Amino acid sequence: MTNSAADRIRDHIIPVATIVVAIIAIWYVGAIAMNAPFQRDLDRRGNTTSTTMEFVAKTLSQPKPILPAPHQVAQNLFDNTVMRSVTSNRSLVYHSWVTLSSTLAGFAFGTVLGILIAIGIVHVTALERSLMPWIIASQMVPVLAIAPMVIVVLSAVNITGLLPKALISTYLSFFPVAVGMVKGLRSPELIQLDLMRTYNAGTLATLLKLRLPASVPFLFASMKVAVAASLVGAIVGELPTGAVAGLGSKLLAGSYYSQTIDIWAALVAGSVLAALLVAAVGIASKLVARAMGAQTGGRAA
Amino acid sequence: MMTSHNTRLPIARLLNEWQALGALALAVVAIASLPLMAADAATPYGATETGFILAPVIVAALACFVTSSPVTLAAILFIGAHGAAWLLLSGLAGNEGKATLAFAALIMAAWLLAWRCVTALSAIHTASKPADKLLRLLIPAIFGAWLLILWEAFTRGAGVPFILLPPPSAIAARLVTSIPVLFDDVRQTIFKAVIAGYAIGCGAGFVTAILADRVTFLRRGLLPIGNLMSALPMIGVAPIMVMWFGFDWQSKAAVVTIITFFPMLVNTVAGLAATGPMERDLMRSYASDYGQTLVKLRLPAAMPFIFNALKINSTLALIGAIVAEFFGTPIVGMGFRISTEIGRMNVDMVWAEVAVAALAGSVFYGVIALIERTTTFWHPSNRGG
Repeated sequence: MTNSAADRIRDHIIPVATIVVAIIAIWYVGAIAMNAPFQRDLDRRGNTTSTTMEFVAKTLSQPKPILPAPHQVAQNLFDNTVMRSVTSNRSLVYHSWVTLSSTLAGFAFGTVLGILIAIGIVHVTALERSLMPWIIASQMVPVLAIAPMVIVVLSAVNITGLLPKALISTYLSFFPVAVGMVKGLRSPELIQLDLMRTYNAGTLATLLKLRLPASVPFLFASMKVAVAASLVGAIVGELPTGAVAGLGSKLLAGSYYSQTIDIWAALVAGSVLAALLVAAVGIASKLVARAMGAQTGGRAA
Repeated sequence: MMTSHNTRLPIARLLNEWQALGALALAVVAIASLPLMAADAATPYGATETGFILAPVIVAALACFVTSSPVTLAAILFIGAHGAAWLLLSGLAGNEGKATLAFAALIMAAWLLAWRCVTALSAIHTASKPADKLLRLLIPAIFGAWLLILWEAFTRGAGVPFILLPPPSAIAARLVTSIPVLFDDVRQTIFKAVIAGYAIGCGAGFVTAILADRVTFLRRGLLPIGNLMSALPMIGVAPIMVMWFGFDWQSKAAVVTIITFFPMLVNTVAGLAATGPMERDLMRSYASDYGQTLVKLRLPAAMPFIFNALKINSTLALIGAIVAEFFGTPIVGMGFRISTEIGRMNVDMVWAEVAVAALAGSVFYGVIALIERTTTFWHPSNRGG
C-alpha cells in the first residue's frame, strides 16, 4: 500500500506539480516582460526612477495589466467568490451559476435527443442511411458562430433567458451522444442478439434488456465530451450584449473595459466549472458501473 | 424480416405501408379543405393545377400497394413526391402566408411519400459498386432536399416573419448576389487566420508530443494537464488574444493556435503509444535507434490518431476564428459580418455567411479526410471501404 502510494507520488504528482510550477514561473516572467514597456513609459512620464526589484513589483501590480500575474488573478477570484455575497452580480459564483444552469439544461436536452436519435438510427434502416451523414454535416455548421443570432432572433419573439442558451448547448451536445450511442447500441455481439431471439424477445425487450445496458459505458464516455461542449455553448451564448449575467457576459464586459484581471478570473472560473462537470460525469459513470455490477478496471472502448 | 413481408396477413401488409396510408389520408383531408390558398390570395391555384398536384400524390401512394419491385417503386415515389412538392412551392410565389390546411396536408403527404421512397431505396441491395455509391449519395440527398423543401414551404406558406427565419430561396439569392463580399470574408477569416493558426497550433502540438514522448517526466506531467485543457472552454482566451495581438487576423490565428494545440498534443501522445511491444522488439532486434523507430514504426502507427486530431481541429479552428472576431476585427471577416448584419437585421446575409462557413468547414474536413484516405490506406478502418 505504501509502496503504491510512493509510486503514485513519483509517477504522477511530482511530474504534474513540476509542470504546474513551471507554467506559473513562465507566467510570472511573461507578466513582467509584457507589462514592462507600459510601466517604463509610466515611470518616464512620472519621472520616477526605481530599482529593478521595485520595477518588477510594479509590473506585477498594475490595475489593468496586459498579462495579469497569477496572484492578481487569484486575489480577484478570491474577492469575487468568497468575499462577496452569492447573490451580488459581481460575484463569480452567481455568474457561474447562471452559466451552469443553462449548461445543464442544454446538456440534459442534448443527451436525451442524442439517445433518441441513436435509437432511431439503430432500428430504422432508412433513418440510418439518410440521417447519419447529416448528423455529421450538422457539426460543420459553426453554430457557435450563429449563437448570437439565435439569441437575438429568439429574443425578438420574446424567448429570452435560459432557453436560447440551452438550445445552443443542446445543439453542441447531442452530436457526441448520438454518435457514441449508435456505437454503444450496436456493441452487443451477434451471439448475444441470438440469445435474445431464442428467448423470443421483441425489439423493445432487446433494446431495454440488452442494447441499452451494453451502451452505458459508451454513453458516459460521450457525455464527458458533451458536457464540455455544452459549457462552451452556454458561454458563447452569453456573448451578445443582451445577456446580462453569466461567465460569457463577464468575458465580454471585461474585454470592453480592458479589465484584464476580470477576464482571467472569469476564464479560471469557467475552467474550474468545466473540470468539475467532467469529473461529475466521471464519478456518475463509476457509480453506475458499480451498480450494474461491472468488474473494476473495466474500461469503455 | 424482408422474407416474411409477403406472407403476412393482408391487414399487416396494409399497415406496413403506413406512409402511403398516411399520404392517402392527407390527400383526402386536402380535397375536403380545398382550395390550396386563402380566398384573398393574389394568384391562387386553378382547378387543373390542383389536379396536377393531387394526381401524382395519389398515384404514387397507390403504387406502394401494387408494385413489388423496390426500384420501380422508388422511381415512382421519387417522381410523385418531388413533382408535387415542386408544383406546390412554385405556386407559392406572390401568395406568401396564404397557404391553407389543404396546402399543409399535401406537403406532408408528399413528405411521407419521400420517406417511403427512402425506405424503398434503403431496401435495395446492389452488387454493383457505382450503383451502391449513387444510393449512398442519393438517400442523404433526398433527406437534405426535404429539409429545405419543408423549411421553404413552412416559412413562405405560413408567412413566417423574414427576420425570424428567412426561406432558403432568399438565402440562396443573397448568397449569389454577395459573392465578392463573402469571398473577402473567407479570405480574411479562413485563408489568413484559420490556416495560419491551424498550421502553427497543430505543428506545435505535434512537436511537443514528440518531446513529451522522448522525456518520460515531461509526458507524465504534461498529459494530465493537456487532457484537462482540451476539455476547457478555450474560446474564452479570445478577448485576451485580441488585446495582445490587435484587431487583425494575427489575434484570430493566436486563438486558433491555442485551441488546436491541446487536441493535437493529446492525440499524438496516444498515437505514439499505439505500437505493441512485439513491433518495438523487432525494431530493437534491427538495432534501430530512437529516431529510426520513431520515423519507421511509431509515427506511421500514430497516423490515424494524428488525423483524428487534424479532423477535430478543422472544425474547432473555424469556430474559434469566427467567435474571436466578435471581440474586435477590421471591417472584414466572417465573424464581423455575422455580428454586424444581425445588428442591421439582415438575417438573410447572416444565413448566407453561415452557409459559406458550413461549406468551407466541410471542404476543410473533406480535404483532410481525403489525405487520410491516401496516406493511411493500410489501416483497418480504411480498408475494404
